[in-house]
Amino acid sequence: MDLVLFLTFAVVAVGCAINLVLQRHPISAAISLIGVMASLAVLYLLLGAEFIAAVQVIVYAGAIMVLFVFVIMLLNAEAEGKTGRSLVARYVGLPSLFLFLSLLGFLIHALYPSSERTTFGGFTGGTAENVGRLLFTDYLLPFEVTSILILVAILGAVILARKEAD
Amino acid sequence: MEFIIVTLVKAAVWAAAILFALLYLQWVERKVIAHVQLRMGPSRVGPHGLLQPLADVVKLLTKEDLVPAAADKFLYLLAPFLAVALALLPVAVFPFGPEVEIFGVRTSLQLADLNIGVLFLLAISSLSVYGIALAGWSSNSKYSLLGGLRSGAQMISYELPLAIAVVAPLLLANTLSLRGLAESQGGYYWGWIPHWNVFRLPAPQIVGCLVFLIAGFAETNRVPFDLPEAENELVGGFHTEYSSLKFACFFMAEYANMISSCAFATLLYFGAWQPLWPEARGSWLFPTFFFALVGLVALYHGLHPARRKDRVTLPVVALAFFGIAAVFQIPFLRPILLPIFWFGLKTGFLLFTFMWVRATLPRFRYDQLMGFAWKFLFPVAMVNLLVTGWLVAVYGE
Repeated sequence: MDLVLFLTFAVVAVGCAINLVLQRHPISAAISLIGVMASLAVLYLLLGAEFIAAVQVIVYAGAIMVLFVFVIMLLNAEAEGKTGRSLVARYVGLPSLFLFLSLLGFLIHALYPSSERTTFGGFTGGTAENVGRLLFTDYLLPFEVTSILILVAILGAVILARKEAD
Repeated sequence: MEFIIVTLVKAAVWAAAILFALLYLQWVERKVIAHVQLRMGPSRVGPHGLLQPLADVVKLLTKEDLVPAAADKFLYLLAPFLAVALALLPVAVFPFGPEVEIFGVRTSLQLADLNIGVLFLLAISSLSVYGIALAGWSSNSKYSLLGGLRSGAQMISYELPLAIAVVAPLLLANTLSLRGLAESQGGYYWGWIPHWNVFRLPAPQIVGCLVFLIAGFAETNRVPFDLPEAENELVGGFHTEYSSLKFACFFMAEYANMISSCAFATLLYFGAWQPLWPEARGSWLFPTFFFALVGLVALYHGLHPARRKDRVTLPVVALAFFGIAAVFQIPFLRPILLPIFWFGLKTGFLLFTFMWVRATLPRFRYDQLMGFAWKFLFPVAMVNLLVTGWLVAVYGE
């Protein structure tokens, strides 16, 4: 059951990701990205990270992508035209992609041998309680630094928006 | 195996109940609004217009299904499907009652008890904007686009106060599971005042509850926040170009969102299935009295000489209500029916409030809408959360 679900949603995620690159219209690309986010959330759920899965949907699929779609709709972006591709991109593009992917696969295989691979349901520390406890004990400093960073970003956005209005 | 069968049966019952509720909620709303405005409401199809929803369904089914020539076909078809699917999903996690025994099978009156139930509901509600936004964009019409944009901006803005208002009762309950949330609100102060989160010490959530309900109105695009479909400015807003069953999908989604919003409020603030006063002091008799009273009112009006038209229908309705009242006295059904009754009563009252507000309040202006969310509702929700957190930290168990 776990394996079937994993394969289904892994295929959906990869398919959506390929579609994201191939689509010419920004809205279609954005919808594909939402598909990628949602299937990633299901994969997190399969691995036992419930909190991360829910937050993935709320933050990425539900907030950030809504903003993307909103901006695309507001700018009324049209489908992108095809530009003449350069010779280099045409002949070196695909081979270098394969090279990169095989290198990545080799590195992952070398760093994490298959004896240490994760199993479905093997991880149980993914509840909101566990994540919260870790954030406020072991990772308190990075957590606070991140929140200050986000606060600074919000202030910056407010100042930029105000300048525009004057 | 038994688990699968029980779950399938429950899913079928849930689906039937929610579809029936969707069908008749619209009739109830039209009647309530009509009576608030001193009109009759639907009265032609069937006694008291009771068959009006069926007539509406037939009408919607037989309408021509148009797709605008310039529309983005795929997204145009996807949008109504997305809207109604996301609107019906929350029913899967609502607990309508505690664990009960039906025909020798122990099961809870809930389809799935997720231990991230609250986050699941927030995730679904944050996704539900796509149905409307995509419908507005893919129709390729300026009215639809404006409606979609408005709903996008509105739902992002009101999601913040909503989510922050939700956190405060979670602090009191100390869990993210909807079932745990409902169970934590059992018990009574001084034997009478229930432990519902609106009354819960050390931090009664009266302000939080109001913030949640106001944001709930905005999230479901209901009056006074129905800017996305403001008919005097935008024709029909995001669903201008939709007809037939696709329009019906948006219609159903709006009502399903309304139900889940009210059920969520019941769970968070009004103690889910916990009765208003203790069972030991006779709250188990209340449903019988309630339905018998409704039956008596119907009987009185049916036998009134001035209402010759209702001489048959109202006494039949009265008999039906007396029957329901009697069912609540059957001992082995009582543990199942009582929680569902209390849950339904509270949710129904909140739904009535939605209709009442629709019949009473005018629509916001767009800048008022945004200002209200960011300058009033958001700070109020924030202060409520801080005060609750402080009180729970100092006086909590």
